[in-house]
Amino acid sequence: MGIEQQGLKRHLRLGTIIMALIGVGLGGSIANAGSDDKYRAGDRSSGYTYAAKETRAMQDDDFANPAYIWIDQGEALWSTAEGAAGKSCSTCHDDAADTMKGVATRYPAYDKSLGKMKSTEQQINICRVKQMQAKPFKWESSQMLSMTAYVNSQSRGMAMNVKVDGAAAPFFEKGKAFFNERRGQLNMACKNCHEDNAGNMARANLLSEGQSTGFPLYRLKWQKLGSIHRRFRGCNKNVRAKPYGYGSDEYVNLELYVGWRGRGLPIETPAVRN
Amino acid sequence: MAVAVVAMAAAMPVVADAGVALVKYEVTGGESIAKSLTGKPGDAAKGRGLAIHRKKGNCLACHAMPIPEQSFHGNIGPDLAGVASRYSAGELRLRLVDATIVNKDTIMPAFYRTAGLHRVLKKFKDKTVLKAQEVEDILAYLLTLK
Ligand code: HEC
Ligand code: HEC
Ligand code: HEC
Repeated sequence: MGIEQQGLKRHLRLGTIIMALIGVGLGGSIANAGSDDKYRAGDRSSGYTYAAKETRAMQDDDFANPAYIWIDQGEALWSTAEGAAGKSCSTCHDDAADTMKGVATRYPAYDKSLGKMKSTEQQINICRVKQMQAKPFKWESSQMLSMTAYVNSQSRGMAMNVKVDGAAAPFFEKGKAFFNERRGQLNMACKNCHEDNAGNMARANLLSEGQSTGFPLYRLKWQKLGSIHRRFRGCNKNVRAKPYGYGSDEYVNLELYVGWRGRGLPIETPAVRN
Repeated sequence: MAVAVVAMAAAMPVVADAGVALVKYEVTGGESIAKSLTGKPGDAAKGRGLAIHRKKGNCLACHAMPIPEQSFHGNIGPDLAGVASRYSAGELRLRLVDATIVNKDTIMPAFYRTAGLHRVLKKFKDKTVLKAQEVEDILAYLLTLK
């Protein structure tokens, strides 16, 4: 997609926002502005509800949200042919708004031929290699982050709903065990911070539940988009534990369990966090 | 009163800081280490600094403490103001050495332990978070919090 067209898209987005504002004005009620109810489900709440007002405001406004540089790149890549087969994603999947809708709510998903779980990133690379005969994207590359964010953002507002029974059950159990297992010199489990102490302050950090529904997300500290596996690695290293590799089975299973913990929460890719 | 010797599982000495073996200690009653780890008195001023230091005690990550010049004290654990009037030196020493002996589910790190840890980063492998004397220094500081 050309720069001009991207510009046009942005104008359309601005149009939508203006319409929404007018809508609020006509409704005569802004009582719900700033309410974060939609970021909660049952006893679960997104990191959004723990984020500072300024950080939320960046996420709320697609123009202020710095992650849109990556979303726009993902959109451009979607229809760019690559690889020996001369195909692009759109050759087979047409309009991502239709075909990718709901993907983020279902991944990681069990893959019969692999005999294990696959994450969205892995599915994208399966398509690149098998369907396009193109090189796989590197995990934390700008292309992979862009494409994953673009795909996941098609599910914005839809409820997280990973399948954890049937063939996925043993992988779910592994992810759960990982979440509850202590590790590192500081000997802490994910659970210690994100279950037992969500809502408490660790020095200047307000601990959230460690939900996955905003990923890939823009982290102010990273000054860029990052994958959920990058976050897992960071949380492992903070307790002085050896991290696992990007795309490792351990992290994909953990991602499945974390996804289940956030069941019912809306997908909010691309989120903004500090 | 039950006496348990911890830290030395087998005959092999556990390596702590740069090849220094972990000091043996005795837990009495499951809640106290009465004897100093080093025999050398702790330095309370040093201990205060170590309690603040993010790569050492980092106690402020989880505890409010009477250290007003530092902003953002955590609230994961209880406020440590007055902690020396609630606990004896031996009880405080045990909590610093390995709080999981008192409460196996605690989030508080064991500051003087190398055994039974999982996937420790190479840089920290077989090393304790605090050296024996650093435990004694922080303890000396805690004992000023009456
Ligand atoms: C030649 C056709 C083809 C191309 C090109 C292609 N895919 Fe696919 N894609 C498929 C098929 C077929 C499936 C069904 C699952 C499978 O067999 O892997 C699929 C499944 C998917 C899924 C999972 C959908 C779901 O509902 O679970 C995602 C996500 C996906 N593709 C993304 C992409 C992206 C991103 C690209 C471009 C980088 C791409 N695909 C390129 C054929 C293609
Ligand atoms: C020592 C405490 C601690 C431990 C242990 C820990 N984390 Fe975190 N984690 C944090 C902090 C601090 C943040 C940033 C603030 C927040 O969202 O809680 C964070 C953020 C996250 C986020 C991003 C949440 C969002 O909304 O953007 C995820 C996901 C996460 N952690 C998962 C995990 C997993 C999985 C584990 C176990 C492998 C783990 N964490 C272990 C402290 C911890
Ligand atoms: C990761 C969080 C964490 C860190 C870091 C931490 N603690 Fe704790 N601490 C706790 C929690 C939680 C408790 C509550 C008791 C329990 O969990 O067993 C506690 C309890 C205590 C107690 C008993 C207090 C009481 O009133 O019962 C003392 C003393 C103590 N900590 C001292 C320290 C010191 C000194 C440091 C730094 C060297 C430190 N802690 C670091 C979490 C922490």
